[in-house]
Amino acid sequence: MLLLANLLTEPVGAAHYMVVGAVLFVCGVVCMATKRNTLGILMGVELVLNGANVNLIALGSPYLRTDSAHLGLDGQLMAMFVIVLAAAEAAVALAIVLNFYNNAGTVDVDRADQLKG
Amino acid sequence: MTKDYCAGMTMGLNSWRPADVNWGSFFFLIFASLAGGFAVAVVLSSNIVRMAFYLVLSLAATSGLFFLAGADFVGAMQLMIYVGGTLVLLIFGVMLTSSSPFVTMRTHSGELVTALLLGGTLLALLCYTALGVPQWQSPAIADAPADLPPVTATLIGSALEGYRFDALDEPNETLRAGMSGYLFPFLIVSVHLLVVLVGAAYLARAKRRRDTSPATS
Repeated sequence: MLLLANLLTEPVGAAHYMVVGAVLFVCGVVCMATKRNTLGILMGVELVLNGANVNLIALGSPYLRTDSAHLGLDGQLMAMFVIVLAAAEAAVALAIVLNFYNNAGTVDVDRADQLKG
Repeated sequence: MTKDYCAGMTMGLNSWRPADVNWGSFFFLIFASLAGGFAVAVVLSSNIVRMAFYLVLSLAATSGLFFLAGADFVGAMQLMIYVGGTLVLLIFGVMLTSSSPFVTMRTHSGELVTALLLGGTLLALLCYTALGVPQWQSPAIADAPADLPPVTATLIGSALEGYRFDALDEPNETLRAGMSGYLFPFLIVSVHLLVVLVGAAYLARAKRRRDTSPATS
């Protein structure tokens, strides 16, 4: 309760954004590790990239730092490149998933064991 | 009355009044809890359609965080590209690959517990690291610097063409001469997107049926 009152009355810093980015990152990693659906794994990758974006925006924002050593516009530009690359990655990975579905008849990654010796 | 108020001030917690609410922090809490909560819902749900919907909501709340941090153009791009493009792509994938309407692939609970334990440890480590840097703590003044540009779209557009109007006072001579622009990465990512477009269309094209050939399986 005291923490919540502090969060409500004090301005947020980059550390708060980084905690949110860490939550998104860990959710993405757990999603990638536990999902058996291939599209679920793709969603985990999206969450991980989104967490990285939150960190980049937080370090580039001039409103969130105590000093003036923020990344400035570089952080936002890196975040934009991450967004573009995430879109490209989703397109290619989805094409691969469709190929796998056409060949194996399922999207379960546990069934992708043709190379197993 | 005044004495009671001063006593409340010394107690710390009782000094909280609704007028003291920092509204930026308030909206940060709302968007952060939405983003984190729906991300957890993506992990815990086993229905792929619900996962896609929770992911839409989590990404949209993250764009709200971007707007709060002063990155308006990146927030708009997040809404347009992620929520409008990538998620449509993912949902098309869900629709194209679902064999039966209610298929769910459950994870074994032991694996889920192990993953949650490892993820919680990683989360604790990351939060400890993020909260340990003094430069990343809350700024003492809530007011923004006065000379900040209100809209970053023009600066981002000129930076993508190689002109950094926001870094004119760069002390490094080489960087100031235009090396710090983003024209070359912009060109690389443009060609990369073209290659990805062609490659994805080539990979996902409709193939001829291979049932007639003898060596299918």
